[in-house]
Amino acid sequence: MGDAPDSDADEPDAETDGGVRAYTVRLELVDEPGELLRALAPVADNGGNLLSIHHQRGNITPRGHIPVEVDLECPPDRFDDIVDALRDAGVNVIQAGEEHYGEEVSVVLVGNLVETDLSNTLSRIEDEADAVVQDLSLAAPEGTDGISSARARLAIDSGRSEEALAAIRSIGSDKELTVVEPLLGGEA
Amino acid sequence: MRLAILGAGDVGRSVADLAGEYGHEVVALADSTSAAIDPDGIGVEAALERKAGDEALGTADPEDVLETEYDVLVEATPTTLGDAEPGFSHVRRALEADRHAVLANKGPVAERYEELRALEADSAGSIRFEATVGGAIPVLSTIEDCTPQSVTAVRGVLNGTANFILTRMAAEGLDYEHVLAEAQDLGVAEADPTFDVDGTDAALKFVILANVLADGGFALEDAAVEGIQSIPGSALDLAAEDGRTIRLIGEATRDGVRVGPRLVPENGALAVTGTRNIVQIETRNAGSLHSSGRGAGGPETATAVLSDVGRLPPL
Repeated sequence: MGDAPDSDADEPDAETDGGVRAYTVRLELVDEPGELLRALAPVADNGGNLLSIHHQRGNITPRGHIPVEVDLECPPDRFDDIVDALRDAGVNVIQAGEEHYGEEVSVVLVGNLVETDLSNTLSRIEDEADAVVQDLSLAAPEGTDGISSARARLAIDSGRSEEALAAIRSIGSDKELTVVEPLLGGEA
Repeated sequence: MRLAILGAGDVGRSVADLAGEYGHEVVALADSTSAAIDPDGIGVEAALERKAGDEALGTADPEDVLETEYDVLVEATPTTLGDAEPGFSHVRRALEADRHAVLANKGPVAERYEELRALEADSAGSIRFEATVGGAIPVLSTIEDCTPQSVTAVRGVLNGTANFILTRMAAEGLDYEHVLAEAQDLGVAEADPTFDVDGTDAALKFVILANVLADGGFALEDAAVEGIQSIPGSALDLAAEDGRTIRLIGEATRDGVRVGPRLVPENGALAVTGTRNIVQIETRNAGSLHSSGRGAGGPETATAVLSDVGRLPPL
């Protein structure tokens, strides 16, 4: 014991020829002064080189956030550190490289949707569940004062779906709406 | 094995009918009012004919069934909630007399699991209850084979009536009340379908699964249960536009039990149609296993009872 050689040899070495690769990171920023600068700092701090920034001010998300697309280059083994640093800094990373960080889930709401103020319901979902409503379909076969159904497609930060759905459940029980959630987990 | 069957509904009668085929002998068969008892084996066919003709099953008192010489009690009386009586006491008497008990009755295993296991620990007999979950589908024996420790979750559709209603609503664009009436005409739904449509029946099965995974700790009151009564046809239409459908899905893990209407991919494994049931067993080392089949019915459920009898050790 103790003098066995380090068995790191079977760990594939990420450092190849010291080369860099280009990556695209999509972020969502709060519309506040200094926010863009704050969001970009972790890129440089972790060895990334900024190539270009598309600040899509005209394309505000329903939650009032601004989508930003950042092209950068860095050694492949640094990329995860950069993404982690962005997230640690509280930046909402929607997509990094090939990987989508945002999860998309659909929920169906049933009840007196109009009477219980659908637009308030949706803004509560955005605030309390921290989700972005990407689209909404409404079916009200009994007219607007009867039972209707709505399907909302939501973008949620990765790993936060359970939390977001719990928040939507509680909004549903406040407003006496039935919330039909997606089944997460497993290979449905 | 010599079987004493309590309960002469669809399941009890089918167990009696098929026992011979599986190499077992029926020494008693009882409903709530009368019993046929014979230590050398009752005439099953004659007893079932009497029952079908609304006559007494036999001349004996149901109270005497557990006094006779038998190896396995088959508990197939109707499921009751709360104290799960009289099913629980029947099983207790069998275990205290060092006999085996095989349950088709969900009540005792869902509501009083730890007490049953404690009685079993003090007995030479053992309990099995494959028939309580998923009818003919081998669910508990699959978990037993994987070992419960390596199963992380069980999800699926374990109520055929609710699944039939949701399937018809989605296919025909009809509303709940309409399809329920149709299901009752077809005999798919009972006159009082409450436990099927409000999720209670499915919840009992997932509570049993959680008890198996966690070795006890759950009863019906611990489950978060929602039914399908409030789902209109329009909700299914919206789901379909997105390539999804709605099913009454249960989930059992070591952390809890949840049953409610959920969105699932329209062509996914869990979106079984009609009265069919399905379970997805999520394992630590082997990915997901799916078993699908008939989750109810006399002969179907009786096969699960008789498979359990076959797995029992000799007394």
